[in-house]
Amino acid sequence: MLDQVEEVASQANAELQKIASLDELEGWRVRYLGRKSKLINILRSLGDVPIEERRTLGARANQVKVGLESRFTQKKEQIELLKNQSLELEKIDVTLPGQPYQVGRLHLTTRTIKEICDIFISLGFQIVEGPEVEWEHYNFEALNMPAEHPARDGFATLWADYKTETGARPMLMRTHTSPVQIRTMEKAKPPIRVIAPGRVYRYEATDATHEWMFSQVEGLAVDKNITMADLKGTLFEFARRLFGQDRKCRFRVDYFPFVEPGCEIAIDCFVCGGKGCRLCGSSGWIEILGAGMVHPEVLRGCGIDPEEYSGFAFGMGVERIPILRYGIDDIRLFYNNDLRFLKQF
Amino acid sequence: MKVPLKWLKDYVDTDISPEELAEKLTLAGLEVSAIQVIGGNWENIVVGQIAAVNPHPNADRLRLATVDTGKGQQTVVCGAPNLVVGDKIAFASAGAKLIDGHTGKAEELKPAKIRGVASEGMVCSEKELGLSENHEGILVLPEEFQVGKHLSDYLGDAIFDIDITPNRADCLSVMGIAREVAALTAKPFRMPDLSYPESSKSVESYAAVEIKAPDLCPRYCATVIDGIVIGPSPGWMQKRLAACGARPINNIVDVTNYVMLEFGQPLHAFDCQQIRGNKIIVRRAAAGEAMYTLDEQERKFDSDILLIADAERPIAVAGIMGGLSSEVRDYTTSILLESANFSQAAIHRGSQNLKLSSEASVRFEKGLNPGLAMMALKRATQLIAQLGGGKVAGGIIDVYPARTAKKPLSINGHNVRRLLGIDLELDQIQRCLELLGLSCRKGDSNNVLVGDPWWRNDINCTADLVEEVARVTGYDNIPETMLSSSLPSGAGSLIVSFRQEISSFMVACGFQEIITYPLTSPEIMQKLSSSPGTAQPEMLKIANPMSRDLEYLRTSLRMGVLSVLSRNQRSRENNIRLFEIAKVFLPRPQDLPLENEILCGLVDTVAPETYWQSKPAPVDFYFVKGMVETLLARFGIKADYLYGHDVTLSPAGSADVVVDSVKIGVIGEVHPAVLMRFDIAEPAFLFELDVDKLLTLASQPLIYKTISKYPGTTRDIAMLLDTGVTYQKIVDIVKGFSLVSDMQLFDLYVGEQIPEGKKSLAFRLTYQSADQTLKDEEVDKVQKRIIERLSKELGAVLRS
Repeated sequence: MLDQVEEVASQANAELQKIASLDELEGWRVRYLGRKSKLINILRSLGDVPIEERRTLGARANQVKVGLESRFTQKKEQIELLKNQSLELEKIDVTLPGQPYQVGRLHLTTRTIKEICDIFISLGFQIVEGPEVEWEHYNFEALNMPAEHPARDGFATLWADYKTETGARPMLMRTHTSPVQIRTMEKAKPPIRVIAPGRVYRYEATDATHEWMFSQVEGLAVDKNITMADLKGTLFEFARRLFGQDRKCRFRVDYFPFVEPGCEIAIDCFVCGGKGCRLCGSSGWIEILGAGMVHPEVLRGCGIDPEEYSGFAFGMGVERIPILRYGIDDIRLFYNNDLRFLKQF
Repeated sequence: MKVPLKWLKDYVDTDISPEELAEKLTLAGLEVSAIQVIGGNWENIVVGQIAAVNPHPNADRLRLATVDTGKGQQTVVCGAPNLVVGDKIAFASAGAKLIDGHTGKAEELKPAKIRGVASEGMVCSEKELGLSENHEGILVLPEEFQVGKHLSDYLGDAIFDIDITPNRADCLSVMGIAREVAALTAKPFRMPDLSYPESSKSVESYAAVEIKAPDLCPRYCATVIDGIVIGPSPGWMQKRLAACGARPINNIVDVTNYVMLEFGQPLHAFDCQQIRGNKIIVRRAAAGEAMYTLDEQERKFDSDILLIADAERPIAVAGIMGGLSSEVRDYTTSILLESANFSQAAIHRGSQNLKLSSEASVRFEKGLNPGLAMMALKRATQLIAQLGGGKVAGGIIDVYPARTAKKPLSINGHNVRRLLGIDLELDQIQRCLELLGLSCRKGDSNNVLVGDPWWRNDINCTADLVEEVARVTGYDNIPETMLSSSLPSGAGSLIVSFRQEISSFMVACGFQEIITYPLTSPEIMQKLSSSPGTAQPEMLKIANPMSRDLEYLRTSLRMGVLSVLSRNQRSRENNIRLFEIAKVFLPRPQDLPLENEILCGLVDTVAPETYWQSKPAPVDFYFVKGMVETLLARFGIKADYLYGHDVTLSPAGSADVVVDSVKIGVIGEVHPAVLMRFDIAEPAFLFELDVDKLLTLASQPLIYKTISKYPGTTRDIAMLLDTGVTYQKIVDIVKGFSLVSDMQLFDLYVGEQIPEGKKSLAFRLTYQSADQTLKDEEVDKVQKRIIERLSKELGAVLRS
């Protein structure tokens, strides 16, 4: 038995000399140190060996095993070192250009709408949409703006060439996303918490600051016990999430026919920090949205009892946000779709 | 609305700075867009008095003025022609900042020698003080100004430019703003005295008023002042008018303008002698009736226009502009002063109809309280009697068909808490409203009853009162809370997340999203058709288009993407991949158009990206098809691709995308003729999918298929077929064998190696069973049957 051990030792050592790769080395380990190897078998069967031989044989076999293990480790390190040295010589030029991937982008407007919507979704709002071609009723009357209402002057309207039997022309391209408020309240019962992004249209000559098509995000929350404090908390939170936690918000009175009380929310100018600059028109404040408590007449018109329910509504222009953020100096760039513009965002 | 601070102080005492006041007004809804400070930099300018005027020793056109400055006398060189000893003037000493009369620039006054005479100050013109453009002579100050006092104490002012929201017509007046200032600074508001002496001859003996259109004229008040003398109005009035942007004319017209600015109520003065039949009739115009207005234009009316007429003819366009014939002239001695209320709708319509807008119409359009008419009339009558002499006829004509006793509005603590989320005591609520001048009394049920304020038209319900309370308390005092109400059920609109998923996919495929206008023209639509004269789909027209190109609502997104591709090719962009998801508008009878959401994509093949390693895969029909297939597969939709006849696409390479025999879109190469019209380099590939239909298909439930535990085997087949046999036919046959789990085409060859009219196809079939490991013999048997059917039905010849 001792001879066998010696033979294994010399054979293993001889073979190890010739080994050059890690694969070969692993084969060698299995052959000489693996569970089925001769040496390990001998060690495992020591109990069957007569006691007088056992001590010498056991000592020697163990010694060989430890020796082989240590040489295995040495050899492994040696091979890895050599391998590394040769890899060093095979270095590629890492400065060559990588494979180009053609990536697309969402339109700046879509991205901004998503950013706004994501914030409101996290505040429990649902996204809804409404038609872009609307009835005058939804666009104006139901929002407390009957014919000849002075606030209508602010909405230069594109009318569809559609006449009723009475000669009225009640179809138009919606001038704001507020009609979606009405359509939502007509269909759904409180609790209501929705936002409605979408395109709106005005009869407008275009220039660097005017565009006849633009986007708005409308919002509406109706339930029992909704107050102006909720409006303020929700919309201030929104403004800070969108423009930064350090922004100061201003809450001032404003007028929209479909809310009462009405308000406007502004943030302190992120360029001048409120000192006054070209961006904020030297006021130090940037107006970002209009809002208010839904007018009792509007609720009533949608079949919601204003004595039982209250709610707030808000609306904001979308393009204005990237215009302010990125210093875009011409709103026409948005829908001219010049890739040199779109690819920047 | 321009409002001078000094004028405001006639009605309310305020000592806070103009900036602070502007801030308060802005927060309360009256946005101050600018403050023009007059005399803000008038340091070193005092009231002086000319003590002596002597000739300049070295110049004929200059003189030496000795001025008493209150701290002694100074002699300065002066070129003005109107130097009069004893006159009070504005004297600037060295260091004062003045506007240079010639250059218009602000400059600091320095001691100078003028033609050999030292001059250490200046007697100022209006222009040098920045008061006006007048540089003709020096400004002569009123006698009552005290020598030595700062000029700014007298002439300094701050003029607020305030944007008024459409609900606050009452704030298109100095008094309206003053009431706000009073409420916001908790100071009392002072009403001017409205009394005047009346003569014994009654107003009815001069004129009678009849309202024939009570729906358009809720109230008409008038007084008559007889024996007036027309002349200029006093300087203080002219200054105030000018500060507010009104041009002084004469004492009568100026008073009407002044009171309009003061109260917000437009007034009009008629020359009594021009009122034929001594009768004022308020009526709709007869069709075709015409009149010359004050601006000397002839105006023709239709029956929408409300007129003020006498017994014979129109003499004014009600609420918009007076008539030339009854205008107050230099020789006028007797006037009828009108202070009426006209319906906002009537004036709005009339003003748009005539394309004529005035300070009066702007106020009426926003809606005025009829109560205002009487108050303003009394004030104007009083001022005319004071400034124009004359006697006021006894009594006031007041025709008031719309007179109703408005019920007082009620407000309580619950109303405020419910809307604002703040707790206020009833007394606090009442105090807020009283600061605004509203008449309040406690009601029976722990509430406050509020009477109709005669100067305001915007307080009509409890919510309006709550807003007033909030404005006075300050929006700043409303706390911030988060919504605590329950969440709505459901997920909102499905199409939104579906659209987002499609967009993300398109972006991942390298496509840039674009957004185009929804309006187009038939000419542009026509360009989409390869064969001219193709019938156009019906489109909804815009009644008032902004231009010919934007006259119809689109029924396709194609012209948008094609135009954008064309434009970007011109700016030398490479490898353009565009997509848009937007609505097309399909007209429906007696209804809004159907808004159908479409995905449209377009790729060009210009100058593919070069790369040092290898060429990228070509962009062609199969590129677009692969993308569409992958997109559909993502939603579990498998489509058939059938030859179609799309007018925009080339017949050589286009297909309808069909699911369960419903067409959901098209893909294909854009027809060269269409590309040419859009000036696009060939070739370009387009696809279009109906997103609404996709959403329906994608909403069908998915069912999990068990993953087979048994390994699959693959077999390759290569065969020759007629070139006309489509791949789909092979697929249809192979699909019938249930053991075939997958089929991949890996080679397609047409060319020299094989006979003409033939193509060689090679594909790999994977055989797999869900129940067992397939034996070679079983697979061979099925494969043999497949080959038999392919050769029998399609004439396929197996290649070895």
